[in-house]
Amino acid sequence: MKTQCNRRGALARLGGVLAGALTLPIARQAKAAVQKLFVSSGAQRDYDPTKHKWLMCIDVNKCIGCGLCAEACKKENGVPEGPFYRTWIERYIIPKPKPGSGRTRGETKVDCPNGGMHGFPESPIAEDQIEHSFFVPKLCNLCAHSPCVQVCPVGATFDAPDGAVLIDSKYCIGCGFCIQACPYGCRFLSPVTKTAEKCTLCYHRITRGLKPACVEICPTQARIFGDLKDPAPETPIRKFYEQNRVQVLKPHLGTEPRVLYAGLDKEVR
Amino acid sequence: MTNELTNVVVEVLPKFEGYVYPNEATAHPLWGFLIVLYPYITGLVAGAFIMASLVRVFKVKALEPVYRLSLLTALAFLLCAPLPLLFHLGHPERCYEIMMTPHMTSPMAIFGFVYAWYLTAVLLLELWFDYRQDLVHWSNTTAGFKGIVYRAFTVGVTDESPEAVALDMKIGRVLSIVGIPSAFLLHGYVGFIFGSVKANPWWGNALMPIIFILSAIASGIALCIFNAMVLTWIRRHTVDMRCLDTMAMFLFYALVVDAAVEGLDWIHRAYAAEEGFSVMQTMIREKLFYTLNLGQATVGTLLPLLLLGSLQLLRKRAPELVRRRMIFGSAVMILIGVLAMRWNVVIGGQLFSKSLRGVMGYKLEFAGVEGWFMGIILLSLPFVILTVLVKLFLSERLPTSGHMPHSSSAA
Repeated sequence: MKTQCNRRGALARLGGVLAGALTLPIARQAKAAVQKLFVSSGAQRDYDPTKHKWLMCIDVNKCIGCGLCAEACKKENGVPEGPFYRTWIERYIIPKPKPGSGRTRGETKVDCPNGGMHGFPESPIAEDQIEHSFFVPKLCNLCAHSPCVQVCPVGATFDAPDGAVLIDSKYCIGCGFCIQACPYGCRFLSPVTKTAEKCTLCYHRITRGLKPACVEICPTQARIFGDLKDPAPETPIRKFYEQNRVQVLKPHLGTEPRVLYAGLDKEVR
Repeated sequence: MTNELTNVVVEVLPKFEGYVYPNEATAHPLWGFLIVLYPYITGLVAGAFIMASLVRVFKVKALEPVYRLSLLTALAFLLCAPLPLLFHLGHPERCYEIMMTPHMTSPMAIFGFVYAWYLTAVLLLELWFDYRQDLVHWSNTTAGFKGIVYRAFTVGVTDESPEAVALDMKIGRVLSIVGIPSAFLLHGYVGFIFGSVKANPWWGNALMPIIFILSAIASGIALCIFNAMVLTWIRRHTVDMRCLDTMAMFLFYALVVDAAVEGLDWIHRAYAAEEGFSVMQTMIREKLFYTLNLGQATVGTLLPLLLLGSLQLLRKRAPELVRRRMIFGSAVMILIGVLAMRWNVVIGGQLFSKSLRGVMGYKLEFAGVEGWFMGIILLSLPFVILTVLVKLFLSERLPTSGHMPHSSSAA
């Protein structure tokens, strides 16, 4: 006699397979959390990320656009050749308005040849026509509410407890969602590793008590880097913070960047 | 020297005007043609399923002849939906991480679950319950490889009692009811992937998921019309005009709602004229002139609205041949228009800098993973799969049980 299977049995078997498949992610997630903390940071063994809160401040008035920071960053971090930058310098040239135009200023020109690595060519606008001209160093904005971290589908990019936003390149699937989500254009897909890359604040250096390469090389100290949890009463970062009114880039997006600028202009985005 | 030369070459390749962030000055946008196809194919799945639900849930009897074809269309396209995503990844071999260690705040991470849910819990189950009785029959009457396939698909369940068949229909209907929000979820979340990017004023928009769902429904119904008419033509049958007219009616309604919401989106953007509006104007006037004004608005929306709308008024007066041609033409135009819409969203959102000071250029290449040759292959693949599915499960030679998918409550 032929045995007839019923649907209940078939569905129970299917349910068993599904339940098995659903428990896997939890186990993998726990493993990933541990991996993130210990493997990906490249930090020293005795470095405790919970005892630091890194902050970067930039004094736009001090930047001379020499581009040493962008060059140092490329060399220090092995950033690929081509249009890929972890930090770069933008030059803003705001011309005087045409007489009688009823405007406060002319149309702003922005440029950044080679990320500003080799300095800037002569201004395309005659000097007597320029109202303001300044340089703005850019880097990862270390957002407190990072859109890039929020959208990463596998959690390969994450907020370290010390404020750095890092990427586990062994885990990144290279989907590019974080690059799309970053409002500041700070991320790129590395043509070498095929994973997302960005400024890590030179994590391998700061966890060893050194400054990021860009800060170290800046001849005018336009970049000020420090630790908010540093107990010393007079740190450069605290001094800067007290002496300047600071601004952040694209505040309306609610990302709460922790790269603070002094002397920004409304044209800077 | 070599380094300098490389730098110069790299500098020359990308084409852009104004100022773009240095990391944006790449030769190609990060998400290319493959990512255009991804929401397009997913939308066709959702739309085809909604089309099938009209029979199963809303009991539109006139659409019964295309019920199974719609479900098989949805399945064929769903099987291909993850391929463009997979191919575009920097590390496709790590793709399983999306399901193993999903980051729950990411809209993309939900893809694996929504996809698995939709494929296994909705579409395959609904198809299985609908086909179960036929599969048992066919496995007994068909010899050779096909017979083995049918036998395998019965999963050993051979109960054909009237109670069992009635239960099949009941479960099928429940699955179809669950399937409608699932289809909305599947495609709505694809819209959310773009709508949630607040960094990009072209994408970051609460209406984006709704627009994606509505355009998906229109494109899915258009695809079902296309498939049904082509299949009838291949089989040298006469078209069931009652069915075709009903499909055209639903297509018209779907298109009206879609066009209204998309219009609302544009009115809102123009009226609010927020920070990125001037760069958007440049996009509409220059960068996306043909695909947006011609492809999406004229070919994809206005002309089909005109044709299908006039059919609603003149249905009885227009000769059958004219109606058939108008409906087929509208379906093809909508399919092209929705593809253009996906292009405008995906590529359009990457043709301007997030500094809102410059625009980039993009020329679709022939070769390469993101080339249009690959795109054609990926778009043809679902049709190849559908052909196999139709040969296996919609064959003219096989007798069907003839149960009505909409008559579950009566059963």
